[in-house]
Amino acid sequence: MCDTCGCNVTHGNRHLLAPGGRLEKTGQGSEAVTVLRNLLSENDRSAAHNRTHFDRHGVFAINLMSSPGAGKTALLEATIDALGERFRIAVIEGDLETENDAQRIRARGVPAVQITTGSACHLDAHMVHDALHQLELDGIDILFIENVGNLVCPASFDLGQHRNVTLLSVPEGDDKPAKYPVMFRAADAVALTKVDLLPVLGDFSTESARDHMRALASAAPVLELSVRADDGISAWLEWLAAELEHYREHTRRGETLRPRIQPEGLRLHGLKA
Amino acid sequence: MHELSVCQALVGQLEALAQEQRAVRVVKLLVGIGPLSGVEPALLDQAFPIAAAGTLAEDAELTIEHHPVRVHCLQCGRDSDASANRLLCDHCGDWRTELLSGDELMLVQVEFMRERAYV
Repeated sequence: MCDTCGCNVTHGNRHLLAPGGRLEKTGQGSEAVTVLRNLLSENDRSAAHNRTHFDRHGVFAINLMSSPGAGKTALLEATIDALGERFRIAVIEGDLETENDAQRIRARGVPAVQITTGSACHLDAHMVHDALHQLELDGIDILFIENVGNLVCPASFDLGQHRNVTLLSVPEGDDKPAKYPVMFRAADAVALTKVDLLPVLGDFSTESARDHMRALASAAPVLELSVRADDGISAWLEWLAAELEHYREHTRRGETLRPRIQPEGLRLHGLKA
Repeated sequence: MHELSVCQALVGQLEALAQEQRAVRVVKLLVGIGPLSGVEPALLDQAFPIAAAGTLAEDAELTIEHHPVRVHCLQCGRDSDASANRLLCDHCGDWRTELLSGDELMLVQVEFMRERAYV
């Protein structure tokens, strides 16, 4: 696909260009140019660069997203404790302010780079690229990119990751996937965290949370876990190990891996990867 | 919340295109947005003049085309309208669908003024 010969004109946008379509006529003295390019194409280019970088080093990159306080860092700590001997892990932390999360990860003996975004509500591919310069990628098996706690904005920015994982802590309510469909549709796996609180809450239905995920046409596994109660962690670790193996199969064939919804979107709009 | 970032990226793209086209001013632009892009059209519309201030897109007229959410059912093979948080097939009710439209975040067309218009 290219932006110049018109092969990115799809059934979804052709009507705009046809005679009588709203793009046919232009104002006096000006000329119209058909672009059909993603608004975030500059970010996407940088994300593709990051992905190439990961693949060259055989690093499986996961974008971890959730609202603030859902337990992303706690899940990472538990993951490091369980898999730290088996895999080499590194972490990029995104927060508006403080080094706190990176310090928690470093205390586990794992390299962590903190990105402080100031007032920015999400990480973008350029920020991750800059952080990668501070990381020695050789020998790293899994890189977790812990995004800024936010259920809205992070979903719109490709960072170059291979998989998206979204956390939903049970005190937030089981209808979060219905309220934040863009974020949850992007998830390759959903972790329902803090499930040890379910008996106290009483009104969170894990079945409803699953139904809301299915309504988003998502086949992503919904994993129930509690770091504090050390419950359900093994299913998460199994998912992680299986996805890492899946990634390695792809890279052995010289292919990369993308979050599930990305190829669909690219194919749909005739956009370049 | 991130609409300003999106607009800054958009203005960057307009500046690059203008240079390619040897244009001096962006007159109009058409952007296509679907509800599943995660971008709120009204906020984008408000953020655009802020991001465009002082650039060659400063007075450009932004038109936003809203794309509907439509899905193709992988079970019964039919297409139907859907909503952002309910992507089920309207005919058979199955959840295994593919998105046909609704996640667009696309710069569709730009109208430029070229230098010769001022000669």
